[in-house]
Amino acid sequence: MKADTSALRMPLPAVPDTRFALGRQVATWGLVAAVMIVLPMLFTQGFSLSMLSQMGIAVIFALSYNMLLGQTGMLSFGHAVHFGLGSFVCAHALNRIGAGEFGLPVTLIPLVGGFAGLAFGIVFGYVTTKRSGTPFAMISLGIAEMVAASALMFPGFFGGEGGITTNRVLGDPVMGVSYGPQIEVYYLIAGWCLACMIAMFALTQTPLGRMANAVRDNAERVRFVGYNPTRVRYWMFCLASFFAGIAGGLATINYEIVTAETLGLMASGNVLVMAFVGGVGHFFGPVIGAVLVSFLQSALSTYTKAWLLYFGLFFVMMVLFAPGGIASLFAVHGAPLRHGLFRRLIPGYLLSGVCLLVMVLGFVALVEMLYHVEQGADMGTEFDLFGLHIDVTGAASWLAAGAVFIAGLVLFVLTLPVIRRAWTHVHGELQARDAA
Amino acid sequence: MSVALELHDVRKSFGRTQIINGVNLTVGKSERHAIIGPNGAGKSTLFNLISGRFPLSSGSIVLDGQDITNSAPNDINRRGLARSFQITNIFAKMSVFENVRCALLWSSGHRYSFWHRMGFLSGVNERAQEIVERIGLARRRDRLAGVLSYAEQRALEIGITIAGGAEVILLDEPTAGMSHSETADAVELIRTVTQGKTLVMVEHDMGVIFGLADRISVLVYGKVLATGTPAQIRANPAVREAYLGAVAE
Ligand SMILES: Nc1ncnc2c1ncn2[C@@H]1O[C@H](COP(=O)(O)OP(=O)(O)OP(=O)(O)O)[C@@H](O)[C@H]1O
Ligand SMILES: [Mg+2]
Repeated sequence: MKADTSALRMPLPAVPDTRFALGRQVATWGLVAAVMIVLPMLFTQGFSLSMLSQMGIAVIFALSYNMLLGQTGMLSFGHAVHFGLGSFVCAHALNRIGAGEFGLPVTLIPLVGGFAGLAFGIVFGYVTTKRSGTPFAMISLGIAEMVAASALMFPGFFGGEGGITTNRVLGDPVMGVSYGPQIEVYYLIAGWCLACMIAMFALTQTPLGRMANAVRDNAERVRFVGYNPTRVRYWMFCLASFFAGIAGGLATINYEIVTAETLGLMASGNVLVMAFVGGVGHFFGPVIGAVLVSFLQSALSTYTKAWLLYFGLFFVMMVLFAPGGIASLFAVHGAPLRHGLFRRLIPGYLLSGVCLLVMVLGFVALVEMLYHVEQGADMGTEFDLFGLHIDVTGAASWLAAGAVFIAGLVLFVLTLPVIRRAWTHVHGELQARDAA
Repeated sequence: MSVALELHDVRKSFGRTQIINGVNLTVGKSERHAIIGPNGAGKSTLFNLISGRFPLSSGSIVLDGQDITNSAPNDINRRGLARSFQITNIFAKMSVFENVRCALLWSSGHRYSFWHRMGFLSGVNERAQEIVERIGLARRRDRLAGVLSYAEQRALEIGITIAGGAEVILLDEPTAGMSHSETADAVELIRTVTQGKTLVMVEHDMGVIFGLADRISVLVYGKVLATGTPAQIRANPAVREAYLGAVAE
């Protein structure tokens, strides 16, 4: 009966109790809204704008995924099914509206996606949430495979290899908004993103949200306080599918094309990575993860063809060394910061940070050189990296890169005790103050 | 005396070994009933059958006039029966307050609501606070349940059990592993929180049993050897031979 999350050794603290901190919440959401409004004014290139739009969609999707993993302890390998199906339904809806078959403002199209996601959630969730733990994960994988396979079998609905194209600009502008320019689409996404974030946060504060945490912690005990854990899981699954569908609808509007990839296993794995890297134990964790992963994927892929390798390594490192995600890295520094003890940690962090950087530089150089050797015919044997000229045919470059990598690694390992000692000191101080 | 809980010829086997061999038991309303017996007698198994954790092999169980044989644990709980566990069974990664609040949520009628805000359910919050205070954990209110001391976790276990306001309460060895003073505190706690309720309790500590129980049933090899008042049990020669031995002297 143990949640499968334990298999991954993830710490899953409860969402902190924010009783009547209403003022603080209003302030937080106000800040989030302000950031969303200002961002496109700071980053004005078309590239940034499409990346910001992509991030907004990813944030909704990752938060909806965390309703399953972080809040209810359900490790799903098929959450993109609801995103993708919502996306397809929205593409068809847009095309029907374009053909004049019925009328609906484009602004509300994401709701169509939400209800499509919900509808499939009701069907698939009924089957999957009967189980928890590893069986749940396996069934979710099976359903994802099944849906991905049917995407190729039913080209009428899924559009085959090419997918379904659509047009978000329908009829005359409403109050000056046509959704032609990307900036208008960005603000549409931002608005939905904010609304969904608030709704999903509010959900954590409801009886269902709290019982979801209880099911995650100890489903067996839940049965003896009157709740049916299967029902709790089912409700959470349906609602998570709803929000995933909204994200899917926004993706349709944003890209004006939907392919079978959006509901595939890669997409499901991707949202898992986002939530995990950000931190599934904190509400805002997946937000951080979605923003960071979207950024890395876009940014890295423009610089190097080996980006997937770096990205995979980054994920592995996170799982190994920061299983609570980035949010937990912030969280552990909360107490030292409040007590003015953070200063103690800075020297160690700086020292190890520099060594880590050296190690990464050496590593990147090695990987890029290997890549050039393998792809020598296409890429040539000489290139520039970090302002240095590298020639993969000569031994000098290899030796230098290897030396940098090993030196960085050794120094990094050697400097870790500095951080450990600082933490021991900080913990001692905190305990002393706690006792006082 | 009206009846709260009735067991009719309840049997349970795991594979080919029969653990419960036809138990008949009647517990009256507002009675405090202790179940004693040697290790492995089947006391916890009996609780698991009554509370719906395991299905019965045969027999029937009636709670407050309604048949609950093989009902789901959550259904049995909703009909007014709550239980604690011999091995502490709490929500370790949630705060003490949150543990208690989750335990009384169903009885407050909010079910699977996702349109009520917990912070605004003042009835629920006040009642949770009241229970946290009654089990003596007010100072630990916002601590994670998993970091409490053993005795505190046992108190929380009782808090979770009584939170929903069930009329029939089953406690499985609530004082096991506690020191003398902790046991005394626990007995006082059990006495106050089960005031006016029906209590069925598995216990090994004879002091606790003879201090709390109105009646006692002795379970040996999955059968009730004798049922009676503490005085009757103490005087029963079969019980003395089979189980109590020198303890009751
Ligand atoms: N789920 C199970 N599967 C198989 N055997 C079980 C199961 N649960 C209990 N048993 C067996 O049933 C017997 C009675 O166990 P039970 O836990 O009910 O005893 P108990 O009277 O509560 O003992 P104790 O005083 O040690 O708590 C034991 O021999 C135990 O091994
Ligand atoms: Mg037992």
